[in-house]
Amino acid sequence: MTEMVRATINGKPYAGEVPAQELLLDFLRDRLGLTGTKQSCEVQVCGVCTVLVDGDPVSSCCYLAADIDGREVETIEGLVGSDFHRRASKAFLRHAAVQCGFCTAGMLLTAKALAARGLGGDRAEVAAAMNGNLCRCTGYVSLLDSLVELLDQR
Amino acid sequence: MSVIGPSPVGQSVERADGPLKLAGQAEFTGDIRLPGMLHGAVLHSPVAHARICSVDTAAAERQDGVVAVLTSDDLSDIDPFYGHALRDRPVVALGKVRFVGEPVAVVAAETQAAADAAVALIDAEYDELPIAASVGTALAEDAPLVHEKRARPGAAHGLGDLPDADGNICYSYSFRRGDTGQAFEDAAVIVEGEYTFPAVYQYSMETHTTIAHWTGGEVTLWSSCQHPFLVRQEIAVLFGLPLDRVRIIVPFLGGGFGSKSYTKMEPLTAAIARKAGRPVRILNAVHESMITTRRHGMTARMRTAAAADGTLLGRECRAWMDTGAYADNGPRVTATAGDAAPGPYRWPALDVEAHCVYTNTSPSGSYRAFGATHLQWIAESQLDEVARRLGLDRLDIRRQNLLRPGEEVRPGGKPLDADLVGDVERAAFNVGWSEPPTRSFPRKRRGRGVSVGLLAAGAHPVSMATVRMGPDGSVTVLGGTTEMGQGARTVMAQIAAGVLRAPMEKVVMRGTDTRFTPYDRSTGASRSTTVAGLAVQRAAQEVMKDLLETAAAKLEAPPQLLEPVEGGIRDAGGRTMTHAELVRARFGFDGGELLGHGRVQPEGGSGSYAEGPVFWEVCVAGAEIEVDLDTGVVTVLRTSTVADVGKAINPQLVTRQDEGATLQGLGNALFEEMHFAPDGMLLNDTLLGYRIPAFRDIPATMTCSIAENGDGPGPFGAKGCGEGALAAVPAAIVNALADAGVPMNELPLTPERVWRRIRELKIS
Repeated sequence: MTEMVRATINGKPYAGEVPAQELLLDFLRDRLGLTGTKQSCEVQVCGVCTVLVDGDPVSSCCYLAADIDGREVETIEGLVGSDFHRRASKAFLRHAAVQCGFCTAGMLLTAKALAARGLGGDRAEVAAAMNGNLCRCTGYVSLLDSLVELLDQR
Repeated sequence: MSVIGPSPVGQSVERADGPLKLAGQAEFTGDIRLPGMLHGAVLHSPVAHARICSVDTAAAERQDGVVAVLTSDDLSDIDPFYGHALRDRPVVALGKVRFVGEPVAVVAAETQAAADAAVALIDAEYDELPIAASVGTALAEDAPLVHEKRARPGAAHGLGDLPDADGNICYSYSFRRGDTGQAFEDAAVIVEGEYTFPAVYQYSMETHTTIAHWTGGEVTLWSSCQHPFLVRQEIAVLFGLPLDRVRIIVPFLGGGFGSKSYTKMEPLTAAIARKAGRPVRILNAVHESMITTRRHGMTARMRTAAAADGTLLGRECRAWMDTGAYADNGPRVTATAGDAAPGPYRWPALDVEAHCVYTNTSPSGSYRAFGATHLQWIAESQLDEVARRLGLDRLDIRRQNLLRPGEEVRPGGKPLDADLVGDVERAAFNVGWSEPPTRSFPRKRRGRGVSVGLLAAGAHPVSMATVRMGPDGSVTVLGGTTEMGQGARTVMAQIAAGVLRAPMEKVVMRGTDTRFTPYDRSTGASRSTTVAGLAVQRAAQEVMKDLLETAAAKLEAPPQLLEPVEGGIRDAGGRTMTHAELVRARFGFDGGELLGHGRVQPEGGSGSYAEGPVFWEVCVAGAEIEVDLDTGVVTVLRTSTVADVGKAINPQLVTRQDEGATLQGLGNALFEEMHFAPDGMLLNDTLLGYRIPAFRDIPATMTCSIAENGDGPGPFGAKGCGEGALAAVPAAIVNALADAGVPMNELPLTPERVWRRIRELKIS
């Protein structure tokens, strides 16, 4: 069974039939070739596969592709080139907060949603808000330094 | 030879791969789509120990989209066993299964969904056998044997002659010194205990992923592997191919931490791709990666004897490492654990035995700071207890007994090459050692602890590298180190740029392709900067020699009056030729390239484990904790580590290594634990049941400092880092908790476990 999906993906219109049970993660990676979104825990815990749907961060591993019908989806590919991505990249590079890079896209997209909600640069608040994005490389200190700097800039 | 302008060596230059990763454009193995690529799905054994009666694949083969189904019947033309330490593991279960989750069959299909559906149609029947699901049951009299026959040694165990198997013990490591009987007779104080360390999972965010493709009798694998050259060797032996018919390509890795060391999913993927005749990808789910490899659970006994003045007299240790159903890197882990038992102290008498034990659970292998993480918290908690009983200061007893640089660590091995006293004093200072004890809330207690240890690092010291400089002055570093997040490609580029005085933006290192990349043994044991980096330095020096010779000829200047400057060579009169001009001048046109080769090999010995290590990695940490007496919750307030790196090529990346290792140490100490049921089933095989540290778990203060004494054998006096903190932090936390009045002999320090201990000790 398929469902008709009309959505905006990274600012461009999309229309097509999508298998009803297909996950947004697989849809983005396999159907659209947007491999910047990574697969990891598959149980909506690690935040690696985070994308924005109507500006809200969602775990694309546990979100049906059919449910993006009528919505806007933003992935890392869509974020690139924006002022937010430029500022985030600067902060992440300065603090060497990118290590293996597998969690990075999810971190950036969650951060963008937090910025849109007006979260400022309070360290404890940032840590609490980012607690659903896991990273096994960094020890989080460099990520927090980058995110606090980034969110403080508004 | 003077040098103008700052060299990139020693600078915190930005990561070369940062922009690519920030843009989501870094390619990982799972991002690769080959034309005609099939998707693999594995049938896992549902039982821990059984004879396989039958595997009926007929229904699966008829499923739409299925191209091939592989069972052990398809491997009759090869010797289907692999294992770098012991060749004990068949590519798929052969005759019997030895753990829950062991691959029994593999399906390759047009889509992942078709492959998954077909796996469910395979009908396998098992005749169950008695189970040895723990070290205790595996060592019992009349225990069922996980392996009936002794496996042949693998090609890369590096541990000398392997002793005969003894029941389920597949390897033992032991050493003795002095008379421990006398030591314990003479002791003023003896501390002893039994200890348990849990099985834990490395948890790299990227799961094990491999693509295999056979063409014309050759096989190419794209794989998330740390040791591509050792994988190449094992695949070549397995399928009876010359080494150059096996090609391993390594994209970016989404973390490794040892989980992707040696050979993992590559044999299975190569075997199904061979049968399918098309490229096949196997992308593990987390629950599959968790049964692919893990850290050894361990039980241990230890006794420590000391004189009344705090002089250490002797130590005995027995450790049993649960290696699971196949040895993987268990023998080396076991030897390293044995080496960590004494700690870096002067011991008149030692008696250490460590055993590697087969059980009917998933295989254990390497995880960052293996062996040292297992033993350091035990060794160091006994030292603290000695100090407490004798009324001595816990830092003083370390100052009194710690080895000094140049002293023997183990007979025949490399002497100590680090300032441990300085390191542990710094770690203590950074958690407020000299500050008065903080007042705690009435039902909360605070404590501080330090720990110090050593980790045999460097593995076998064999690495090659090539440096190429093109006629535009651009530089390519070819080396076999895997970029798994640690920043190796950045550091290798810095080393080459530092030697050549080339601008960083002109120097690049890419991923390994064994067809073109010079040999490197492995990416692990903190060896890359030290060993592979030395090869890169030597290769770059060859190119520099060429540049200087060319400049001498073209500028008609004596070589000793030439000096390298940023991007070129200058003579005494101030005339400069750029790298590009020099390469073009060398070849007389806009082409050609300068090639330098660097080689590192064992010097003055065989490079064996006994003669090693390449260097001793320092494992030093301090911690301050608070324990809630009503709930047993332990909160880590402050941690400190010291990366004793000789020379930090990139200080920021060194700090990142220690921060990451600190937090993994915190996870290992406080809550990470794999739970196996008595029937051998892993109960918490996803992130829903297995927790790793998150943002809110970090200590309020995490201090990672760097000691640079120029005492490393690597380039510019460097030595490796990144593992020591993981061994040291749990030990410091355990010691801090004991300082708060709650000594523990079992990890992790879950609230329930700590609460029970508080009740048991009647602490109020």
